[in-house]
Amino acid sequence: MLKIDDQKCNACGLCEKTCPFGAIAVDEGLARSDENCTLCGACVNVCPQGAMAIERKQASPEELAQYEGVYVWAECDLNDGKLSPKRVVYELLSQGRLLADKLGQELVAVALGDGRLAGLESLCEYGADRVLRCEHELLGAYSTDGFTNVLSAVIAGNKPSVLLYGATPNGRDLAPRIAARLRLGLTADCTGLNIDEQGQLVQTRPAFGGNIMASIIAPYSRPQTATVRPNVFTAAGPDPLRPKVVVDVAVTLNKAAVRTKVVEETVLGGGEGESLESATVIVAAGLGCRQGGGLALAGELAKVLGGVLAASRPMVEAGLMPVTRQVGQSGTTVGPELYIAVGVSGAIQHLVGMSSAKTVVAINKDPEAPIFKVADLGIVGDAQEIIPKLIEDIQRQQADA
Amino acid sequence: MNIVVCVKQVPEISEVKVNPETGTLVREGVASILNPFCEYALDHALRIKQATPDVNITAISMGPPQARAALLRALELGADRGVLVSDRRFAGADTWATALTLAAAVRAVREDFDLILVGKQAIDGDTAQVGPEMAEILGIPQIMYGVRMELTPNGKRLRVKRESENGYQVLEARLPVLVSASKGEAIRRLPSFADILAARQKPLEMITADALNLSEEQLGLQGSYTQVVKIFPPQAKKACRKLEGLSPDQAGREITSFLSQENFI
Repeated sequence: MLKIDDQKCNACGLCEKTCPFGAIAVDEGLARSDENCTLCGACVNVCPQGAMAIERKQASPEELAQYEGVYVWAECDLNDGKLSPKRVVYELLSQGRLLADKLGQELVAVALGDGRLAGLESLCEYGADRVLRCEHELLGAYSTDGFTNVLSAVIAGNKPSVLLYGATPNGRDLAPRIAARLRLGLTADCTGLNIDEQGQLVQTRPAFGGNIMASIIAPYSRPQTATVRPNVFTAAGPDPLRPKVVVDVAVTLNKAAVRTKVVEETVLGGGEGESLESATVIVAAGLGCRQGGGLALAGELAKVLGGVLAASRPMVEAGLMPVTRQVGQSGTTVGPELYIAVGVSGAIQHLVGMSSAKTVVAINKDPEAPIFKVADLGIVGDAQEIIPKLIEDIQRQQADA
Repeated sequence: MNIVVCVKQVPEISEVKVNPETGTLVREGVASILNPFCEYALDHALRIKQATPDVNITAISMGPPQARAALLRALELGADRGVLVSDRRFAGADTWATALTLAAAVRAVREDFDLILVGKQAIDGDTAQVGPEMAEILGIPQIMYGVRMELTPNGKRLRVKRESENGYQVLEARLPVLVSASKGEAIRRLPSFADILAARQKPLEMITADALNLSEEQLGLQGSYTQVVKIFPPQAKKACRKLEGLSPDQAGREITSFLSQENFI
């Protein structure tokens, strides 16, 4: 229930302008809400007087049962002038489909963007029963406030049981904001999601730098929300025969509600082409490549194998590689077919970021380097001496074939 | 200008081992450190302080009594005041209950804050959730992954260069605002002997749940929406074929034949 403190309200009207449901009107010098209020909390957040408050009680099993459906935030990226869903969204839909089928509920994708939204029908081919399209000119680029206001309103209005986000930079920015606004449990960076006998979402994630796994539930709050790292789940193939249902959702968003302004934007690493996240072959350079042209050699090896050059955190912190090329817990999680670690010792934070790699080759001087624990083939030796020979060998093989 | 820096004491992760029989963490003998990203957050605060007159930095930590050491470290590094928020009733707090407690503590000890700085994540939990949850609870905007920050000339807005997915972005927001700090230009400093002595003279207070405007049901496990139901060790990977003492020529050939056998060439 929304409580408005009449003593504090000064009828400024900010709540009326902000309410995504048009549920608040300032009447006779006081703000009043009507039955359209979904308790999404947007007004509480903007009220400069602190006059609005939402009282929530802990939910009973009957109340929890009112929440139905598995929802996925369909984060979109700008590609060739179109806002189309990121790869992680398809991965989430594949896993979400399994959860929804176990629950016997629908799977819904929610996409936010402006008129450039495209390719949303494909979300149905990958498992969504419905796509909710939230279109507004202020949603063309991600902003914490704009996306929090609109997605919270959609979630509060539709009452799903489960809500999943990709643990991308924006997903990790948005999910906790929505969790705090709607008072929801949220589990970060899940590597496993399942439904237990009570129909609860069991969320499994690594903790203590991947040394231990924890299974987590949110028994009292709905929806149960989680972020999932890219490349943790595999996207199933599309089924072009699935019905394509894209529904437009009316969006109210005021410019004043977006409190951050983009002053400048720099895109890095465009020349490298393929992103780390979707790369099938990655050559990662660690501190062992810091001197004597090791980095250039690793780059050349990546080129010969048609792969992408990445780096460990120390290389990024030394300013030798951009952060967009960093593999690890504080960088990007990757899941290539082949991962060649060159002079990477394999700090646990690094290993967490590449544990989905299918095949791992490691070259390191130190026979005790932890990277060998996760490698299929390990070579103890000096990468700077080995790589030139390796490149020669590979090129010879390629020429023969 | 009042800056609040939230800091966390964490175990030195590289030293944490798992007991293979019980599957639990062996934390005995593992050093506790100030979370590196919190150190970066503090460094950003100190840079603003250097460039701006009349800046006061309060370091706040929620944790057990021994987390006092992390605050002392923050004082040695240049914070003006330390506040430890500690109470057995906080036990079992998830990110939501932690954020609610920290937000209430900020209100209790530094209600007139202009900027809250947090590390982008803690190296033990790695959730990166407490910062944004605090910002929402306090009703202020947030800017994540800041690598450089400065006040605009009139001192009313903060301009933050941040890491974005494809590079960098410069965002601006009116104060008060919450910013999470990435490494960027920040450095981990070593306090001088004089800094260490000076820190002993700085105020370091401890407050409990009684100082916060929260009810019992909002604290710790009871106030948490998530519950850990099981802890287990991660799956071990198959053994590595490790080759030592090869010449560079031999090593190159071994790798090439492996790659070709796995159909990568």
